[in-house]
Amino acid sequence: MYNLVVLPLLIPVLCGLLMGIFRKSIAFQKCLSLLSLLLTGAAAFYLVQQVSARGIQILELGGWQAPFGIVLVVDMLAALLLAAASLVSIACLLFAFKSIGPEREKYYFYPFLQFLIAGVNGCFLTGDLFNLYVCFEVMLVASYVLLSLGGSKPQLSEGIKYVVINVISSTLFLIAIGYLYGVLGTLNMAHLSLRIAAIGQTGLVSVIAILLLIVFSLKAALFLYFWLPGAYGALPPAIATIFAALLTKVGIYAIMRMFSLVFYHQPQITHDLLAVMAVLTMLIGGIGAVVHGDIRNIAAYNVVIGVGFVVFGWTVFTPAAVTGAIYYLIHDMLMKALLFMLVGTIIIIVGSSKLRDMSGMITHHPLLGWLFLISALALTGIPPLSGFVGKYLIIQEGLTRGAVHTGYYIGVAVGLLSTLMILYSLIKIFVRGFWGETTLSPDMEKGNTRGLILPCILLTAAGVFWGGGAELIYPYVEMAAASLLDPAIYIGAVLGEVI
Amino acid sequence: MRTNNLILQTVTKIVIFIIMTFAFFLFISGHNNPGGGFAGGMTTAAALVLLYLAYDVKTVHEGIPVDFKTLSLLGVFIAVVTGTSSLVMGKPFLNQSFGYYTLPLLGETELTTALLFDTGVAMAVVGMALTIIDAISKDISEDNCPWKP
Repeated sequence: MYNLVVLPLLIPVLCGLLMGIFRKSIAFQKCLSLLSLLLTGAAAFYLVQQVSARGIQILELGGWQAPFGIVLVVDMLAALLLAAASLVSIACLLFAFKSIGPEREKYYFYPFLQFLIAGVNGCFLTGDLFNLYVCFEVMLVASYVLLSLGGSKPQLSEGIKYVVINVISSTLFLIAIGYLYGVLGTLNMAHLSLRIAAIGQTGLVSVIAILLLIVFSLKAALFLYFWLPGAYGALPPAIATIFAALLTKVGIYAIMRMFSLVFYHQPQITHDLLAVMAVLTMLIGGIGAVVHGDIRNIAAYNVVIGVGFVVFGWTVFTPAAVTGAIYYLIHDMLMKALLFMLVGTIIIIVGSSKLRDMSGMITHHPLLGWLFLISALALTGIPPLSGFVGKYLIIQEGLTRGAVHTGYYIGVAVGLLSTLMILYSLIKIFVRGFWGETTLSPDMEKGNTRGLILPCILLTAAGVFWGGGAELIYPYVEMAAASLLDPAIYIGAVLGEVI
Repeated sequence: MRTNNLILQTVTKIVIFIIMTFAFFLFISGHNNPGGGFAGGMTTAAALVLLYLAYDVKTVHEGIPVDFKTLSLLGVFIAVVTGTSSLVMGKPFLNQSFGYYTLPLLGETELTTALLFDTGVAMAVVGMALTIIDAISKDISEDNCPWKP
């Protein structure tokens, strides 16, 4: 029993409810949402420290013992993701203060942001498959509201698609959970793992695994990505940022957790399928990023590439590769948030998201330009910046694995190609947007950028630290990978007293 | 044309007490028997919906001047705070406790924290159900929506 575990879930819920009750006072909502995220962040960082010192921490809700009651489990992977998510959400909140506008503020923007974060944190924390579904739903319902808040035409048309896709995938999720409970009689993840290890991963269990894989792939935009570019393109910058940084990552987390803790007995079925999907995702995302002339779409397709790369790294399934995948996953959270904020700032300045409408912004916005270049280089994986460590580990391990299984050579090649595509697509924005003749004088700009650069600097600093401080961070990430690859650690922590 | 609601309104005035009493019974029999916050809250909401049908939105709102959105948020808040209080006592989150107390009139009574939790749930359910009824009974132009179509 360790009550600290529940705080990253509890604080945003309580604060969100309070904000909803006092909906008239926007100043109060702003202060409370910042306070709530700072407290959540503090709890998350403290959890990272606690887990590294004392191992996996669990909380049995209501005092009911593990396979019967509901547990919250925080291992190093969950703790690191919680910390990264709270960092990103603080930056996003600061960005929203200046850019979201009074109408959305009046209509429960801040409470729903808190509920979204509570849902995301809940997904990272839960040790129970049904609760994972519940937290997914909390996150999704909040995201439906944030997506349609504002009621503009593209938002509603994309919103309908997003809601339909997610309702379908949630239904499949529920069906899969029902099957799994019917076959194995439990939904506690550790207990599931034990039972499958005991009876073997039969055909039926593999089918359920693939059903879950489809569900999580829809949420993570892994191969089944078609809903993502449109939906993210219709959103205001602050909301697009939080979606891009957090929502797909929850799907990736679920894939990583379920397919290393529970369904790891038949990698030739599930993991190979995941690898193929990941490679295709990188390729499609890369093509999308290269061909589009709208910076929103370019950024959205970059999210797709990132998802593919992380999952590919994870499917290589050696300790170093999984470490690389986790390292790249957190880098991707920080840097995608930064990219979306910068793209949002550019759109606010220019008043359009088309590349052909922008030129020579570096004259009046030098800081924005250089931050954009840094984020582009970091996403590409240029050495001192944050993308490098993860990419290096994944490529290296992919090549080693390729000697056994030639398919991985193709994966590595596509990975490198997609890196080139990321570089091309982002440098295209830099060259077209920041170089050339200055067409917009400061008084012709559509919006002002006061206060928008600060959160960008915050995230850039975090990103630079994530790359430059690799020596410091690496042991934590390695520990996360170790606990992910050895289910016995997780099972021992959750069911230690029972077995 | 104005419809004559006399019969419905007269019946409602009597039936509403029966429904409310039954709702309270369901609520209080809560966590040891079938019932509880959700069922009690839902039945209460049904009673209020009957009021809406028999009279009209305006009359009911004058009689019950409560913002149902706030009511539901307050309800969830009470439920979560009840769960959190066990955290302060050093027990796991959502832990419940109960005890037997001798109260005037009622004699020995079981008091539980689960009842407080259920109160929150009931408020949330009533608030949510009536917010939905409210929203679908209103035309969008009536609402003070900032994004007019």
